[in-house]
Amino acid sequence: MVDSQVILTIVVAALATMFTRFLPFLIFNGKKKIPDYVMYLGDRLPYAIIAMLIIYCLKDVSFNETANYLPNFIAIGVVAILHFWRKNTLLSIIGGTAVYMILVQVVFV
Amino acid sequence: MCAGEFFSPVFIMKKTSLDIIKMAFVTSLPVLAAYIFLGMGFGVLMSERDYPVYLSFFSSIFVFAGTGQYLLVDLLVSKASLLHTAFMTLMVNARHTFYGISMINRYKDMGKYKPYMIFGLTDETYSLLCDENTYPEKKYAGLYCFFVTAFDHLYWITGCTLGAVLGSLLDFNSKGIDFSMTAIFVSVFVDQWLKEKNHYAAIVGLLVTLICLIIFGSGKFLIPAMILITALLTIPYAQEAKKNG
Repeated sequence: MVDSQVILTIVVAALATMFTRFLPFLIFNGKKKIPDYVMYLGDRLPYAIIAMLIIYCLKDVSFNETANYLPNFIAIGVVAILHFWRKNTLLSIIGGTAVYMILVQVVFV
Repeated sequence: MCAGEFFSPVFIMKKTSLDIIKMAFVTSLPVLAAYIFLGMGFGVLMSERDYPVYLSFFSSIFVFAGTGQYLLVDLLVSKASLLHTAFMTLMVNARHTFYGISMINRYKDMGKYKPYMIFGLTDETYSLLCDENTYPEKKYAGLYCFFVTAFDHLYWITGCTLGAVLGSLLDFNSKGIDFSMTAIFVSVFVDQWLKEKNHYAAIVGLLVTLICLIIFGSGKFLIPAMILITALLTIPYAQEAKKNG
């Protein structure tokens, strides 16, 4: 039996996700003109947020142990190089994740 | 095609709708493999924590957010409060609001298809649909966008469920599979870096977040980072506005 907290957490995650997607359509329903500043942020923020999310993924990385940070940095390098080179999202993700899994399971154990 | 077929309105309608669906399918193909793979990553993580398959299935239907769902596993495992869950999900998915802003005009006349398309506006769907020049003629644009969204959704549900089933049947070492979330962001970051000449926003995002992480710690750095990023991005806008009077 799954406890109700688990179900509620999923429901809240679903509602919060929907909220972020419906919000602009609810505020700017085509009648009002979208302010220039909002358009500007809409154009610029995605670049900053993706960068922010990379740091977010690394938030629990500890610099005290080589086995903790090195696999992350090597695998990020692999993803970046693969992506600069082939520009194939799937290849970059699979390649980087495979390298990371090998590093944490076999190399730095 | 003979003339009779060509002039039969019903036939044209049916044939063209099917063509549009095919066109949407071809457009969605790059996402097929990505979503099956990433969805499986989520499913495996869920089954590793002994959450039943149906939870992965329903999450993929109703949450339908890659990063959001990877985060969800973290939140479930750490037994996060509902408020914390809501806040973290809003933060991680806030970028969808900005995708939405840029889609307002494009989705304007799409009527009955629109609510579902807004619901399914993921990073990948956005990347397939953000270029209006790839749409078919106006009459069919709604149908086209609807099906691109629906195909993506279908791949995602399949991947998440498959991962959960395989994860519960097979016992393989999936340690490190959660790196795929980092990998997605790094590849999107590189994509954006190559496409955009002005790197101010990307650099601000990296440095500000890093500094906030060091100052505020891993528990509470996201809000100050978001505020500072918005403030620093506003400076060039304000300067430009001042220059233009």
